[in-house]
Order: sequence, then structure tokens, then C-alpha cells
Amino acid sequence: MLDDLEATARRAAPAVQQWSVRGVVERSEEISVRQGVVQAPRLARDAGVMVSVVDRGALGYAATPDASPAGLARAFARARELAHAAAGRSVFDFGALPPVASDGRYASRVERPAAASTLAQRIDRVRRASDALRVDERIVDWSATLYTAEVDQLVVTGAGGRVEQRVRHTTPNLQATARIDGVTQTRSAYGQYNGFCQQGGLEVLDRALFDTEGPRVAHEALALAAAPPCPSGEMDVLLMPDQMMLQIHESIGHPLELDRILGDERNYAGTSFVTLDMFGRYRWGSELLDVTVDPTRGEQIATTAFDDEGAPTRRRHVIERGILVRPLGGDVSLARARALGVALGGVAAARACSWNRPPIDRMGNLNVEPGTSTLDEMIAAVEHGVLMRTNCSWSIDDSRNKFQFGCELGQVIRDGRLAGIVRNPSYRGVSATFWRSLAMVGDASTFEVMGTPFCGKGEPSQGIRVGHASPACLFRGVAVFGGEA
Amino acid sequence: MAVLTDRCVFDALAEAACTATAGPERVSLFLEAESSDFIRFNRGAVRQATHVDQGEATLTLSTGQRRIEATFALTGRLDDDVAALRAERTALAAALADVPEDPYLLLPQEVTSSERHDTGDLPGADAVIAAVTAATRGLDFVGFHAGGPVVRAYADSGGQRHWHHVESFHLEGCIYRERDQAIKQSLGGTHWDEAAFDERIATAAARLPLLALPPRVLQPGAWRTYFTPVAMAELLGTLAWGGFGTHARRTGTSSLDRLARGAATLHPGVHLAEDTARGIAPAFTADGFAKPACIPLVEGGRASGSLGSPRSARQYGVPANAGADEEPESLRLAPGALREADALAALDRGLYVSNLWYLNYSDRQACRMTGMTRFACFWVEDGRMVAPMPVMRFDDSFLRMAGAGLVGLTDRAELIPESSTYRQRHLRSVTTPGALVEGWRLVL
Repeated sequence: MLDDLEATARRAAPAVQQWSVRGVVERSEEISVRQGVVQAPRLARDAGVMVSVVDRGALGYAATPDASPAGLARAFARARELAHAAAGRSVFDFGALPPVASDGRYASRVERPAAASTLAQRIDRVRRASDALRVDERIVDWSATLYTAEVDQLVVTGAGGRVEQRVRHTTPNLQATARIDGVTQTRSAYGQYNGFCQQGGLEVLDRALFDTEGPRVAHEALALAAAPPCPSGEMDVLLMPDQMMLQIHESIGHPLELDRILGDERNYAGTSFVTLDMFGRYRWGSELLDVTVDPTRGEQIATTAFDDEGAPTRRRHVIERGILVRPLGGDVSLARARALGVALGGVAAARACSWNRPPIDRMGNLNVEPGTSTLDEMIAAVEHGVLMRTNCSWSIDDSRNKFQFGCELGQVIRDGRLAGIVRNPSYRGVSATFWRSLAMVGDASTFEVMGTPFCGKGEPSQGIRVGHASPACLFRGVAVFGGEA
Repeated sequence: MAVLTDRCVFDALAEAACTATAGPERVSLFLEAESSDFIRFNRGAVRQATHVDQGEATLTLSTGQRRIEATFALTGRLDDDVAALRAERTALAAALADVPEDPYLLLPQEVTSSERHDTGDLPGADAVIAAVTAATRGLDFVGFHAGGPVVRAYADSGGQRHWHHVESFHLEGCIYRERDQAIKQSLGGTHWDEAAFDERIATAAARLPLLALPPRVLQPGAWRTYFTPVAMAELLGTLAWGGFGTHARRTGTSSLDRLARGAATLHPGVHLAEDTARGIAPAFTADGFAKPACIPLVEGGRASGSLGSPRSARQYGVPANAGADEEPESLRLAPGALREADALAALDRGLYVSNLWYLNYSDRQACRMTGMTRFACFWVEDGRMVAPMPVMRFDDSFLRMAGAGLVGLTDRAELIPESSTYRQRHLRSVTTPGALVEGWRLVL
């Protein structure tokens, strides 16, 4: 479909202020083995085109799975109708946007494409990983999953722009549930919601230790089912990267989305406690906090060379030495802010989950930069606290302030030493003050690249892939609690 | 291009894909299609206006105990789609040899067919834009309209045919006073009524001054609370996430594990059911199983049933009465005896919670949930709303809230449709009355 798209689009495009066409072809495969039984493999191929038209100062979109000349002509006509219906009633004069004329390509680095193996080989590998989880009769449920996807996208604009991006990614998972004396606990290798999603082929499985992690996961599930609940009270928390990714996502990423700050999401995903006047001066966290949008890590899930409107991506700080620097805003949102009299530096953040949804401001790869402390140094610095691994529960208010998060595994830290495992470790706080309690940031040896394949937002709703990399981080004086209560 | 929601498209695809075979091979086709207008508004103006035509066919092939499936996008060019379907069937047949046998594979044994074809009177996008921008002039309105036909259909080589077609719209929005203070309203159905929309906007705008009253700042603690049906739908929607599934019950991961084991009971007035007959979801699953009209899940406060996928049905010897995720699509909480008009008087002094937000389990096994209040929640004195309350976090056991803590349910159950549109427009709903609860636990 994408081979002919540019020529077809340029022939079909009407005479309007601006137009663009974004074609997407996505192929995926999911192999899952649960309780030792191979589930039916699920293959998918999605393909379609989103047409956008700016005319009479308004913007209209039309999505069609029909990329033929007649199909694109109909989509252009429908998008123009919608633009005309919105003319004079839009939030912004979209005709004032500078035309996009980017020209470039991006392709994931793939060492071992999934397609180079047979389906039987991939099934066998997942089955062996699943079998390794069954270490004990008290493991009552266990599963291994392998998800691979190829996403090809072509953006063509009326100003001569052409951006072609080919992303390949792989997501493994391992999970075990133990039940002992009526207590049930689930432990996963990378989070129950697929936190080890990375670009690449089957080499991602090696990076994830997919073939060997099963027994550790299962033994930790057993240990958790026999462990006491996490203690309650105000204490230090040492968050490992597979919990930090969620902390970054919910209490830095979402509140910094410029479209939220401009109010677009207030009916659904919510608003933000951040206001336009905070950039450049607001202290978000301690001086140890450096947060970047980083499209330079080839393995990270959201790495691309351009966003979905064709703006080039670059590595940028959004928080530097604790000070808020810039929002997560694409070109449209930045122009809307300028129209309100606020000039901001943004990042190329306009992203869409697929061909059938228009781009909105999204996180890409949003990372906390490594510091200088080793994990041992951070543990030694805690008199009374809990180390927490792997998010399993998340909730935050619609302004992205009052949060409560839970993890799969906790480990008490007492007088600078790790003590016993505890179950249902959870903590709560307020974004606006939590990051100021950041006391130590782990060095590169504690740094891990994680992400989520499903970040929800938007009307119509969009679930999108987002990357988060982080070192371990130590926070002082946090409200901690366990289960029951 | 054929309209993907037209019956003739499904018939042609089913004819091409699901012809009976001489061998043991079985083929099924599940179609999901829609033609939707999506209009989002901010500050009373259009932010994004989008039209989406889409259709996906899931083709499933099985031989003996082996099975494989492929989902692919339809183009609407019928000849091309039929050819692609046939090619996909051939490719799947070749791949099936690599798939091990599945001892828990269960396919429909009975040949049943069903048809529901509802049509509506829906507004065009231009009419929605004109109506919303006119009715909300001068107001800080942010909202979303989604409308158009939605189809779910199933066919298989055994001769089954199921067709579910609805034409509906859902328009919801908030009128903001400032920051996070807003009144939210929604209007949905199959027939557009501009006057009804205007009335809801006017009603919401009239309540805005209540939000301007000095707020009542609450401390963490236990509070007597009235939950509107919209707020109750959030609690029940969370309960639907792993509460009723057979597999979760059998592995001890269900949030209603204690209820199922009889270690806990809910208030005797709690009756929950998967009430397909009164919902808007199809009466069949993607695997071609006909769904019972009503499956009691909780009766008189005690667990009475669970939802089983075909896989669980084979593994555990229970009925196949749900989709693969074993979640209810038409969950219904029966109304109680508290007159809705008397709810505030019955509350007397406490919290009126219009909306909840971002719920999750804080301890799944204990059925403990956390989440936030949102939008227009008020402090009530002497049965009157006297002050808005800032957003607060709760952390409480649903078993307690709907058990010892439940004072009463109102006498009218409201159908709350699923409003999110991830991947596609959805047909789930929760039908629930409001609830008066003692000792609701706020923590932050």
C-alpha cells in the first residue's frame, strides 16, 4: 500500500491551504503459552490512511482503509467537508501553521528478525520459557508470551514533505502466580503490562534474559505468597527502574503534555497542575533530577527520527537540575501557546497510535538520566525504608498530582542493609512535592530501558507505545503501606 | 468502495471464507466495523474533527485441536477483500501444521443464528458542530461526540450467522468553572435530540455557581457518601476487571475470590448479573457462542455464578458463557428501594460523589480499590449541597462498601455506556443505580 501512496496522494489532493497523508501498515504476531498449553497464535495486519486537510483556517481528518485513487479522493473530500464545517469555530487558525516539508527516513536496528525463524521455532522457545516457570505445585498459574510487530509509516505533505519510518519491536513476558495458605501473589519478569518492550528483533529476548528468568520469577512469586505485608508509615523508598518508569510516566510525562495544559483532555484524560507560566522557573524536583526526551537510544520503543506530523525529533531536557524547562508539545500545540502569548520550546511530540487516529501530544522516550550513586550506596544510605520493584497498580488524579502506586515486590531496608521480602508494597504522594524528595540517583549500572506498549489518552481514545529508561532512585519520607489494612 | 457496515459486505465475506469444507477443517469469521464521526471540542470550539471508516476481519482456522487466527484490515473494495480473505485462509491452513494441539480448544457445537439491526436518526458532523458551538457560547466547554453505525458479526463453516448492527451517538462534555472544577453531562442514544442537548447544557451551566462556593476541605477519614450511577459505574467497571472470570476464580487471582469462597458476603440487596438482554452488546461472542440472556453473578449478596470462556469451559467443565477475557459486557446492578429523589435527604450530611476517576486495585485479593473523586463533588448538609469538595483519593474495600457499609441503592438503574474508543467504538455498558454508603475511606 505504501509503495504507491505518495503518487496517489499527490494526484488526489485537492486545492486547499495544507494537506497531509499518513499511511500505516502494521503486522504483528502473538504467541502465548499458559499453564503449559500453547494458545492459538494470533496474527494481525492493519493498514490504512489518515488524510488531513487545512482549509478556511480549520482542520479536518478522514481515515480510510482504501488507499486506491478513488478511496483517497473520497477521504480528501470528507476531510475538507469537516474542515469547512469547523471553519470559524476552531480553537485556532490552523492555516497559520508553517507547512511541513521534512524529508527523511528511519528504520529500527534489527539483528535477528523474527521472520528468520519458523513459527514452530518461536512457539517452542516460548513453551520452554513457560515450562521453566513451573518450579513448584504451588505455582497455580503461569504464562510466557512473545509479541512481535513491524510498523511501516509514510507521511506525505502538500508542501513536498516525505517521511518514511520502519519500526520493529519485540515484547516478551513471563508471569507466575503462587498460592500458599490462601494468599495469592503474582510475580512477573518485566511487569504484568509488558514493560520490556523494545525495538529490535529476537535479540530483545536475549536482552530480557527470556530463556532463563522463569525460575527466578516463580521463586519470587512463592516467596511473596509466604511473605508478610509491607509495613506502613513514613519512610524512605528506593524505586527500581521497573517502578521508576511508571513514576516518570504518570507524574512527569502526563502533566507535561502541552495539549493537557491547553485543556484539550479535560473531558477524558484530565488536565494538569502545570500552567504555561511555570516553564523555565518552576522547581519540579531536587537538583539531582534530569529528565530528557531521548530519541537517540536505538533499542527504546518510541525512538524515531520524526514525529507523526513530520517534525524532526531531538534529544531535549524537559527538566534540568530539577527545574522545569519545556513541555511535551508538538508544533500545533506550540503554535497555539504562541497565539496565547507564550513562546515555549517543545519537542516533536505529535503522535498517533495508528492510521485511524489523528496525532496528539504524547510522550516518546521520556527518561530520567543516570546519577552517580551505586545501588549499594543507596541501600546503605537508608535507615528505615523499602526497596520496591515492578509496578502492578497505578492511580493518579486528573491534574496528575495525588498518586498511589503499588508494586509486585518489596524488600525492607533496615540500617543500611536489605532485609526480608514483603508483599503488596505501595506508596502514595503528590507529584508537585514528591520529586523534591529525590535524595540519590543511581549510576549507569542501575540504569534500565523499559516502556509501556499501552499509554491511554485522547478522544477518540489512543493507546500508544512509550519508552521510559531510568536508574534506581531514592526518595525520603514517603507514605508507605501494604495490603489489607 | 463498499460501506463496511453494510450487511452485504458481511454476507459476501462470510460466503467467501466460511464455505463448508470436505475435510475436518473449520473456519470462522468475526467482523468488527464502523463508520464514525469523532468531534472533539475545547473552550466551546472544535479541536479535532475526524471521520473514520474501518473494518477488521478475524479469520480463525482449526483442525482437530489445532487452531490459528489472523485479524486483518478490510479495504472496502469487496473483490480485493474477498481475495485477501481466501489468501489468508490458505496461509493459515499452511501455518496450522506448526501449531501444537490445544487440549482446551472448544468450538461451538450448536448451529445458532441471531440478528439485531437497529437504525437511528443521527446528526451529521456539521449539525453537531453547529449545535455544540451555539449551545456552549460563552462557556468553557470541553467535550467529545462519537457517532455512526457499529457492526459486530460472526459466521462459520458450520452454518452459524450472527449479525449485530447499531446506529448510535454519544456526546459528552464538561462545563468548566476554573482549574479542575466542572460539571459533566452526557447525551447518548439512537436518535439525536438537539433540544435535549441544549437543556443539559443549560442545566449544567445553572449548577456552576455551586462550584464557586467556598470549598469544604476534607481530611482523610471515613465519610458517609452518596455515589451517583456514573460514579457507581466506575466501581463496578473495576470489579468487572478480573472479578467474575472463571479462570481468575480457579487460580485465586479474582478480586471476588473471598466472595466466591464464602469468606465474605455483600449486602443482601446486592444482585449483580451479566444482563445481555438489557445491554447494548452483541448476544454472541467473537468465538461464535450464543450468550445467555442473563447470568446471575451475585444474588442476595452471595456469589452465584462466573463468566467462562470456551477455554475455561473445557478446562474446568463449566458453561461457555463469555468471551475470551471473561469480563462482563452488560453488567447490571439491580436497583434498590431508596427513592432517587430522596437520595440527598437520606445522605443528610456527607459527600455527594458525581464522578470517580482512575480506579485500580490497591490489594486485589482483598478487593480493595483506590481512585479519585472528579468533577462536581459536594459536601452535603441537611440534605443540600453546600460546598464543593477538592479532589480526594479513596482506598477502600468494595466488599465493605457493598457489604456492611452499604446503606441502600436507589430505585432507578441507569445504563452507562462505555465511552472510551480505544481501537474502535465499544458496546459495553454498566447499568446501575446510585448507592448510599457509610464510612467511605478517604486517604489523601
